[in-house]
Amino acid sequence: MRILITTICFLSFNAFAQDAKVVEKLAFGESDEQVEAVAALVAAGTPQAAEILQALADGELNTSGKRVLIVKGESAVDAQTGEKLANVPEDKEDIVVNNRLRRELGGALAALKLVSPDLEVRKSSVRELLANAEPGMLPIVRKALATETDAEVKAMLEQIWAALELKAGDRATRLAAVQKLGSSRSPATKTLLLGFLDAEKDEDLRSEARKSLQAIEGRLAWGERLGVVFTSISLGSILLLAALGLAITYGLMGVINMAHGELIMIGAYSTYVVQNLFRKWGLFDWYLLAAVPFAFVVSAIVGMILERTVIRWLYGRPLETLLSTWGISLILIQAVRTVFGAANVQVENPALMSGGVEVLSGVVLPWSRIVIIGFAAFVLLLVFLLLNKTRLGLFVRGVTQNRDMAACVGVSTARIDTWAFGLGSGIAGLAGCALSQIDNVGPNLGQSYIVDSFMVVVLGGVGQLAGTVYAALGLGFANKLLEAWQGAVLAKIAVLIFIIVFIQKRPQGMFALKGRAVES
Amino acid sequence: MNPRLSRLYGVRGWTILAAFSLLVLVVLPLLHPQHVSTYWVTLLGKIMCYAIVAVAMDLIWGYAGILSLGHGLFFALGGYAFGMYLMRQIGSDGQYRQPMPDFMVFLDWKEFPWHWWNSDSFWWAATLVIVVPGLLAYVFGYFAFRSRVKGVYFSIITQALTFAAMLAFFRNAMGFGGNNGFTDFRRILDIPIATPQARMTLCAITAATLIGTLLLGRWLVTSKFGRVLAAIRDAEARVMFCGYDTMHYKLFVWTLSAILCGIAGALYVPQVGIINPSEMSPANSIEIAIWVAVGGRGTLAGAALGAGLVNGAKSFFTQVFPEYWLFFLGAIFIVVTLFLPQGVLGLIDRFKARS
Repeated sequence: MRILITTICFLSFNAFAQDAKVVEKLAFGESDEQVEAVAALVAAGTPQAAEILQALADGELNTSGKRVLIVKGESAVDAQTGEKLANVPEDKEDIVVNNRLRRELGGALAALKLVSPDLEVRKSSVRELLANAEPGMLPIVRKALATETDAEVKAMLEQIWAALELKAGDRATRLAAVQKLGSSRSPATKTLLLGFLDAEKDEDLRSEARKSLQAIEGRLAWGERLGVVFTSISLGSILLLAALGLAITYGLMGVINMAHGELIMIGAYSTYVVQNLFRKWGLFDWYLLAAVPFAFVVSAIVGMILERTVIRWLYGRPLETLLSTWGISLILIQAVRTVFGAANVQVENPALMSGGVEVLSGVVLPWSRIVIIGFAAFVLLLVFLLLNKTRLGLFVRGVTQNRDMAACVGVSTARIDTWAFGLGSGIAGLAGCALSQIDNVGPNLGQSYIVDSFMVVVLGGVGQLAGTVYAALGLGFANKLLEAWQGAVLAKIAVLIFIIVFIQKRPQGMFALKGRAVES
Repeated sequence: MNPRLSRLYGVRGWTILAAFSLLVLVVLPLLHPQHVSTYWVTLLGKIMCYAIVAVAMDLIWGYAGILSLGHGLFFALGGYAFGMYLMRQIGSDGQYRQPMPDFMVFLDWKEFPWHWWNSDSFWWAATLVIVVPGLLAYVFGYFAFRSRVKGVYFSIITQALTFAAMLAFFRNAMGFGGNNGFTDFRRILDIPIATPQARMTLCAITAATLIGTLLLGRWLVTSKFGRVLAAIRDAEARVMFCGYDTMHYKLFVWTLSAILCGIAGALYVPQVGIINPSEMSPANSIEIAIWVAVGGRGTLAGAALGAGLVNGAKSFFTQVFPEYWLFFLGAIFIVVTLFLPQGVLGLIDRFKARS
């Protein structure tokens, strides 16, 4: 180790002396020579080399007669000696960088960043190099490996090193490299090893490579499984949010509200409006705090108006209600189109919710989805408390179970209907707010969720939250598992057919309220 | 008047029907194409196809109380079944000048999938038009009615059915042309279809089918069978306790309705010149229900009238104020369900009763 460090110090002392010839080649040589010079500078790995390459990439490296200058605005530095010039010479000429050279430069700069003193720069550099390291970078990778102190960066460096040695090294280093690669988690390494297996003749090496490959595949498979489970829960939570409000209104009034999807859409557009206001006020990152209650209130008010003006007059005629709410949905879609335009609008994630957390290499769980899962659980808890711990909830449950009897004991069923419809619509608004974070917000947003939310309600049966929860999660899992196996469209078709068959067996859903009436 | 005839319609009804037949089958061919352009003939033909669907829908919704939100599926299946034949009739005149339909050439298929067997035969296509929707409806209805799925649940699963079918037909692998479906038709029975005469003939055949459908439906609902159906609609449990097996009644009328839709679809495709999976979208099927509701449920003729009114309005709006069409359609849904439970025919009757 000490020897290495001494070597590096020694190299940097000699930097200018060595650089002079190389820089000359870089500035005045043919294309091949230029590429060689870039490689030489990378191998040197000094800060000066990095500066020169950066200048070349930025078009700041100029020639003036025999001299090579780094020109930054009004100041010029001689690239060979490091001498500062008093003023920028008149006869300076740009060094032409062709595409080949530019490509080489990109990799070279990334490689030089490996030895940067800034940890973040090193991190981003190894990430870049994981995908496209060149054999010429081997010396600098070795050097970086020797000095690296951060464990994470070191692990990634080892991957890069192994990948490079695999192509270049002798038998012993190749063996070491193959074994090292076995601890990787990235699909790129898998492809690399597969390529190695095809080319390598040595049996020992091949069997080692196979072992490593198996280890990686095992890890990748776990990553995939974890990914499927996560997306299933994510889809389930979205379905739950979309269907929860529908389950309440349907359970209560036996009315399928076809405009439910549009209430979701209104929630999403409310979020959009709040976002724009907050951006204007410069509080963009906090807009969701206001958007959540706003979306709830707007959708709830729209829902209550609908209940008072249309749905109330159609009690006992569920099929007509279905048609009239469909009409409402058409009007709402067109109204949104008229106000906001037919194109999708941009709703952006606040900084806190963008990006993701990487649990395994290659498995990134987006924050937005994690937050939505949490949000769905939160809404579920609120609804549960509201229905089971409050007076309104008691009345709602009473009316759901037996409307006439509830009316007889003095519950004002009409008022309960309005409030419950408002509640269901408000939850749709919350769903819209959540969806705006991960899906396109456009006039047709609701249409794409309406069939799914019906399926959840129909499958889960009415009257109990548990049914809706199980149905939503079940459908989420069924959809995603089948999707991994047969593709998205066939998965969807299979799920729909499953529901059709399921309804034949249990026409009232999974968790029907038990009764003895003939007509139920 | 002959009692068999008077059972179906009164003097006024027969007169209207005769006038309609005269107009479409005699007067229109005389005026076409000099005084009435082919555009109007095609539009009329299209709307009459919709009217057949509306009558079929009225049979199950108006008389048996079953609201299907999946009738667009049967309509589209009939259309696809006949479309296959029309695709074969293109012969080698497609864009690629190959005997296979263009989309198959595009997908680099060398031979026809199994379900295209015998698709170059007109009579086989005509058989499929009836058998495919009928069989699907029979199987689906058998299971649904046996488990006594009804009301909103039934509506929702029919919607799921048509949605699933739409997704399936969007797939190229289904062998039905994927997104684009079938189009670019040239001939039926080796006769070119783009000529005014062919258009007029198709329109006349559609009119005859519509009249036939109306009479068949009327005959059915005025028979004892129709009375049992209405009883099932109003109080199914009581009918069951009286000893009727309601399932078979519902199943028969449900299957018949699907077959009629299939025939309408087969007539629709050559006139409109395209069939694609969007015909199966749930929104289309719901629109069928509103045609019936606008005209007046449980009247058959009203359903046909409603289809004409709504689609006439649609043609007008989408040309003149395209952005207001959805407002108007939505308003129809609400106004009809809230204020016109008997539809337009009911409104006319109410005015008469007052005067």
